[in-house]
Amino acid sequence: MSEEKKPAIKKIHATGHMRKIMADYFYELDRAAKEGSPKIAWCTSVGPAELLLSLGYLVYYPENHGAMLGATRQAANYIPETNAIGYSPDICSYLTSDIGAFLKKETPLSRAYEGIEGIPLPDVMVYNTNQCRDVQDWFSWYSKELDVPALGISTYRNIGEITKDHLTSIAKQIKNLIPRLEQISGNKFDIDKFRHVLGLSYDCTQLWKKVLETNKIRPAPISFFDETIHMGPAVVLRGTEAAVEYYRVLLQELEERVARNEGAVEGEEFRLYWEGMPIWGKLRDLAEFFIDLKTAVIASTYCNSWIFDAFDPGDPFMSMARAYTEIFIVRDEIFKESYIEKMVDIYGLDGLLFHDAKTCPNNSNNRYGMPERLEKKLGIPTLTINGDLNDLRCYSEEQAKTNIEAFVEQLESR
Amino acid sequence: MEYFVGIDVGASTTKSIVIDCGRELIGHSVIHSGADFEEAADKSFRIAFKDLGKDEPCDKWIFSTGYGRRNVPFAHSTKTEISCHAKGSYHYFPRAHTLIDIGGQDSKIVKIDDSGRRTGFKMNRKCAAGTGAFLEEIANRLKIGIDKLDGLAQKATKNVPIGSYCTVFTATEILTKIRQNVRVEDIIKGIFDSVIKRALEMAPLEGSIVMSGGVAAHNPYFVRMFEQKLGKEIFVPPLPQLTGALGAALFALETKGGKHA
Repeated sequence: MSEEKKPAIKKIHATGHMRKIMADYFYELDRAAKEGSPKIAWCTSVGPAELLLSLGYLVYYPENHGAMLGATRQAANYIPETNAIGYSPDICSYLTSDIGAFLKKETPLSRAYEGIEGIPLPDVMVYNTNQCRDVQDWFSWYSKELDVPALGISTYRNIGEITKDHLTSIAKQIKNLIPRLEQISGNKFDIDKFRHVLGLSYDCTQLWKKVLETNKIRPAPISFFDETIHMGPAVVLRGTEAAVEYYRVLLQELEERVARNEGAVEGEEFRLYWEGMPIWGKLRDLAEFFIDLKTAVIASTYCNSWIFDAFDPGDPFMSMARAYTEIFIVRDEIFKESYIEKMVDIYGLDGLLFHDAKTCPNNSNNRYGMPERLEKKLGIPTLTINGDLNDLRCYSEEQAKTNIEAFVEQLESR
Repeated sequence: MEYFVGIDVGASTTKSIVIDCGRELIGHSVIHSGADFEEAADKSFRIAFKDLGKDEPCDKWIFSTGYGRRNVPFAHSTKTEISCHAKGSYHYFPRAHTLIDIGGQDSKIVKIDDSGRRTGFKMNRKCAAGTGAFLEEIANRLKIGIDKLDGLAQKATKNVPIGSYCTVFTATEILTKIRQNVRVEDIIKGIFDSVIKRALEMAPLEGSIVMSGGVAAHNPYFVRMFEQKLGKEIFVPPLPQLTGALGAALFALETKGGKHA
């Protein structure tokens, strides 16, 4: 075989806009960290950010920093630092790479943004265990290291039907955070501000949902790999006008692509679902690989996880409790399977790809027989690839690609 | 004259096969891959063609497969080893079956329906346990030629379970057993048993079973042990190590639209 030209990833023009608002966000945090005002809260990515914003905090998300360490392929420099202080290589590699980077006093932020020398240190940290226990351990480490309070919400796990009791408990936990957060910020809680921020988060999330749903059309205008980058504002800027405005711009561009019948993958032949975490250090490589295979990865649990349909400014606490509890990762196997089944139907998928992320059991849904059950039920093939979100030592490039290529060959022969 | 060539560049060995438009086997070769896959592919290809015994100009259609499939610059196209093994296996056993291939670097289980289509597959995880590389490493540790393993295992008188997954830990476990005066023959049988267990835990082995790959090619006793474990016959193609190469050659033939394609 002669050396083939690398397939081109189509440029999304809104990327420039996103870079600008992300830069503004990090510079604002950096300024606040240097000046001591406004106060900074660290928050887990599906934590009660809207409450924090309404109390005047700037909100920083360590998971976003973890993803940056993965995407810049720096994680392997830092994970061993954290292993050495007693945190296993088998636990969340966001945690181990982020703490390792802190121990080495390094951050990709200083490489990306001139003048930023370090991460913005917190005045308070607020977690929600809806994703996993690791976020609590992660914040607990910083809490001791920096002598900063870590407050939290403990969410029920493996929930089928969400009951009023679940929501009442979570809403109460959210309310219980308020006195400490008022004390640290020096601001009084204002229900109208909270409603306003929640409304902005709702608008952001609905636009993000529309962005993702442009992929119902064939060919799909945006790939999963691009989505993981463009979901940045939905994660770190939800609850702001900037995020809402950004998704209007991105949505318009994608709708224009749809109108031109332009897909992210030229000559799209197959459509796949990505279940599990992205492999951050291999986004571009995998995007090009799938383009070459004329296969579009067009829907995912991961990107859908920042759709919060339940937000309701009219009932802010209970609706926030519902929004942050009804997410996929919190739910039981029956819910998860029916959710993926719906995705297959909505997006007209030909196959399901499960990423078994070595250090993220909560986001690796292949481990209890789900692919086999779905194959049987839906009559479409599944593939599991082994890898990790950040720790590329757990990813075998050749094996993963051979598996993917063989999977596409299997689809071709159907 | 037209010939169809499959070259399977594996992590351990490179295999080439030449067939004609009637799917008749014309030549084949198996050599060590070494570090230079391109050179190995070229050498293996030339050896396979030597079997033709004639130098007349001919058209050749070449497909490559295996770990180094992209390192064959003279191939017209590539296919994964999973597709090629399925193709090669179905050529000899044209019925629904489950193929177990234990190669140098990976092992795979491929489900094939009665029309020859693949319906699913599993490969080993990122680990050498349960592959030919595992046997090579253990043979090396025991200072035994890889070709002697099968004969030794046949002479075993006891079942010695090997408990470790990991190749490195297995080597340590073996050293412990040697210190305990366990016979090498019994240890080798235990090692074979360990490879079988790794294959069994990959996927249910249903229906008719075919086994290909270098481990099956060089270790008939291993296949017998596997049969005993399954309680049924395992079918092995005539050149088990060349099953993937044959599949690649058949893909070349189909693509070119040769006779019977």
